[in-house]
Amino acid sequence: MNGPSFHSVTLDPAKCKGCTTCVRFCPTEAIRVRKGRAAIIDDRCIDCGECIRTCPNNAKKAVSDPLTVLESYAVRVAIPAPTLYGQFDERFSVDRILGGLLELGFTDVFEVARGAELVADATAAWIASAGEAGSGGQWISSACPAVVKLLQVRFPSLLDRLVPVMSPMEAAARIVKERLYPGRTDVGVFFISPCAGKVTVSRFPQGLTESAVDGVIAIKDIYVPLLNALPGVHERPLGHAGARGVAWAHIDGESDAVGVPKAISVSGIADVIGVFEALENGKMKHVAFIEALACPAGCVGGPLTVENPYIARARIRAIERKAAELPPREARFEGAAINLGLEVPVPARSGLRLAPDVFKAMIMLEEAEIIHESLPGLDCGSCGAPTCRAFAEDVARGDAMLTDCIFKLRENVRKLAEELINMERWQPPGLDKD
Amino acid sequence: MQLRYEVSGDDLSLAGKASTEVKRALGRLGVDTGAIKRTAVSMYEAEMNMVIHGGGGIATAELSPDRIVITMEDKGPGIPDLELAMQEGYSTAPEWIRELGFGAGMGLPNIKRNADDLHIESIVGKGTRVTITIDFSGTGGSRP
Ligand SMILES: Nc1ncnc2c1ncn2[C@@H]1O[C@H](COP(=O)(O)OP(=O)(O)OP(=O)(O)O)[C@@H](O)[C@H]1O
Ligand code: SF4
Ligand SMILES: [Mg+2]
Repeated sequence: MNGPSFHSVTLDPAKCKGCTTCVRFCPTEAIRVRKGRAAIIDDRCIDCGECIRTCPNNAKKAVSDPLTVLESYAVRVAIPAPTLYGQFDERFSVDRILGGLLELGFTDVFEVARGAELVADATAAWIASAGEAGSGGQWISSACPAVVKLLQVRFPSLLDRLVPVMSPMEAAARIVKERLYPGRTDVGVFFISPCAGKVTVSRFPQGLTESAVDGVIAIKDIYVPLLNALPGVHERPLGHAGARGVAWAHIDGESDAVGVPKAISVSGIADVIGVFEALENGKMKHVAFIEALACPAGCVGGPLTVENPYIARARIRAIERKAAELPPREARFEGAAINLGLEVPVPARSGLRLAPDVFKAMIMLEEAEIIHESLPGLDCGSCGAPTCRAFAEDVARGDAMLTDCIFKLRENVRKLAEELINMERWQPPGLDKD
Repeated sequence: MQLRYEVSGDDLSLAGKASTEVKRALGRLGVDTGAIKRTAVSMYEAEMNMVIHGGGGIATAELSPDRIVITMEDKGPGIPDLELAMQEGYSTAPEWIRELGFGAGMGLPNIKRNADDLHIESIVGKGTRVTITIDFSGTGGSRP
């Protein structure tokens, strides 16, 4: 029920100093320091990359596929996230960047930005039809895998508000397989990714039985070879996406593309959580669509990028302005797109539960409450847990020992010392003469 | 088991904290998601009322495996006409509170819709005690 135990986000034990910085920043309390090293609790990790961003020792990394994954396919199609375009300066146009990918071993390119435009249409259609059917209310975008997992782990009561439309990456991959190369089995589709979460969902998809993506290559891994290839590229009209799709690289792009007037867009995991808390409390009644992206400023702030998110966003905006002036290009495929609906429900994940059984969980919660009362409340992190409360829960669950808290340890040592002194005063009866 | 929170009447930015803590506890128990939502909405509204109208007070949540009973107790001005206060759209919230997006007069009716039982005791000049019960297998729509 808790899905994969594979996560893109992992630890490099050689670099980790056990400093607990990441422990405090993790939005689902999924990290503990044990034996001087950070350990990720799989059931809770949402692949948001917050630990990668905050680790002072670069000990957290996102696993993605090496370029050698291309070798096993005759047709190798790159599907770049629009974020890729913002990694290079203004000298390099979208057409040139797409051309550069063809120099690196790909045989074709199809923009995720094009998929995003179709996802925007499908999302708008879903919200309109749900409204007509009387199930209006607030709909949450399912484009960001970290946000979807955040709902699964921390806000399961909001899962029924997810727009049941697949992500632009999946949409693009399916169009490649079903429309550009139908019926072929030698086609590999590779996402060029700013995102750690997409690596995980390409193997264990959300709301789909299978992913059409065959590999995920990190922007930071392809950056240097691509940069070296760009000056020699002969520019051809390879781009087919408009400004509306390219804008999905940054916050606001998606809600503008969907075009629902009462939308709110939020980026950065802490603020996303704030909005979901408010939503769960019944606030924001007037909102119809919520674009939520885990990374600061949106995917341009993804952990697999190279460029500063705000510089990348400014460049993407410039590309959007340019694209808006150009006439639209000929479509890559005829007729209607593919069905973009999700195939299976996105279930809750039980990572934060104390026990599978509510009665057992109740006993543990009560115990945790009593333990918490006895702790200093400093949230100092030296026990390896993010807060005293989280530590109390760990102890109640049997995952930690009370003396892992240095204040508790000191208390014990003091008691022991007092006992020793008392013992030292004690005289054997034979010697005890007054 | 019981959870207890002191809710400040001075700092609106802290309002909602008790509700967040209770939601966290329900998540740890793995309570039905519909019940979590109903608890969230009713406790949040009652907490806001206690902060805005009641000058702060004490929130307690009595948790058991099949239900939660939330009590919000303040020593504020009290509610002179309960029936009127329960009506949709009735509010005595001052202008500056309305500017913050509160004061639509929807809080108490909302609690009533979401709670399986709602009980309000109020004495003018003494204070108000709001008691909300959510049955984890219930559906809400209490009739006080
Ligand atoms: N704890 C309280 N102490 C004193 N008066 C209260 C208290 N709770 C509610 N009231 C009175 O009842 C009225 C209606 O409350 P209700 O929660 O329905 O609406 P509101 O708080 O004014 O607006 P909203 O909840 O929509 O922001 C309030 O305006 C206030 O006069
Ligand atoms: S904001 Fe974008 S890059 Fe970051 S986790 Fe979400 S989808 Fe991935
Ligand atoms: Mg109110």
